[in-house]
Amino acid sequence: MGSFAGGGLPPDDVVVPALRAGDEAMFAALLDTWSGGLLRVARSYVSTDHSAQEVVQDTWLAVIGGIDYFEGRSSVKTWVYRILVNTAKKRGARESRTLPWSDFEQDGRAAGLGEVPPGGWKEVPAAWPTPEGEALASEVRGLIAEALAGLPPRQRIVITLRDVEGCTSDEVCAILEISEANQRVLLHRARVAVRGRLADYFESVKQPE
Amino acid sequence: MKRFTCDELVEVITAYLEDALDQTARDGVQAHLACCEGCERYVEQLRTTISVLGDPPPEKLQADVYDRLMSAFREGQRS
Repeated sequence: MGSFAGGGLPPDDVVVPALRAGDEAMFAALLDTWSGGLLRVARSYVSTDHSAQEVVQDTWLAVIGGIDYFEGRSSVKTWVYRILVNTAKKRGARESRTLPWSDFEQDGRAAGLGEVPPGGWKEVPAAWPTPEGEALASEVRGLIAEALAGLPPRQRIVITLRDVEGCTSDEVCAILEISEANQRVLLHRARVAVRGRLADYFESVKQPE
Repeated sequence: MKRFTCDELVEVITAYLEDALDQTARDGVQAHLACCEGCERYVEQLRTTISVLGDPPPEKLQADVYDRLMSAFREGQRS
C-alpha cells in the first residue's frame, strides 16, 4: 500500500512533515510497519483481541490528532508507543485487569532463579534441535506465544518490546518510564522463563516413551 | 578478574549480553564460558530463544479498523 511498506521507514524529519502535509502513503506505511507490534504490546494489557484492536485504533487516532503538536523530544516511534501504553493502561483498568505499576520494582527483586544447582551444572543442558523443519518451527512459535502469555505483565511487556519488536533498551525505558537496571532485570527474568519453556519442550520431545 | 560460579553467571548473563558489565566482570564471564560446557550451552540456548522471539507470527489490524484510520487521517488533514 504505502510506498515505504516492506522497507524501513524514512527518518523522523521526513515522516513528521509528510504526516502534517497529509501524505496518505506515509500514514499507510506507518500503519503497516508498527500496527503489528502495537497489537502485541496492547495484548499485555487487555484481555481480548477486540480490545487490543480498539486500543491500537485509539492510539492511531491520537497520533492523527496530535501530530501537529509533536515536539520531537523523543522519536516518533517512542511517542506512538507511549500513547499506546497510556491508552492500553486506561483500557486495562476499565477491564479491571489493572497492572500494579507501583510494584514494578518488585518484579526485579526475586530471589535466585534456581536454574543451576549450587556447585555448577549436574547435567549439561541438552542440545536443542535446530528448528528448521516447518512443523517444529510452528510448534516452537506456538510455545513461545504460550510462554509470553504466561509471563507476569511487566516482564511480558519488556520482552515483547525488546526481543519481539526489536526496540532498544533506551526506547523501552522511555516508553515505560523505567530505569535501565529495572528494564534489564525484567528482560532477564522474562528471557530465562521463555528459555525454560523451550528447554522443557525439547526435553519432552526427545523422550517419546 | 571476577570469578563466577555457574549460578552467579546465569544471573548476570543478560547484563553481559547487553554489554552492561564492567571490564572485570566481562572478563570473568568470558573466562567462565570458555571452560564451562553447561554455561556455554545455556548462553547459546538463550541466544536461540532471543532469535526465535524476534520472528513472531504476523499480526494485522482488522480491515475495518484500517479503513477507518485511513479515512480519519484523510479527514483530519482536510479540516
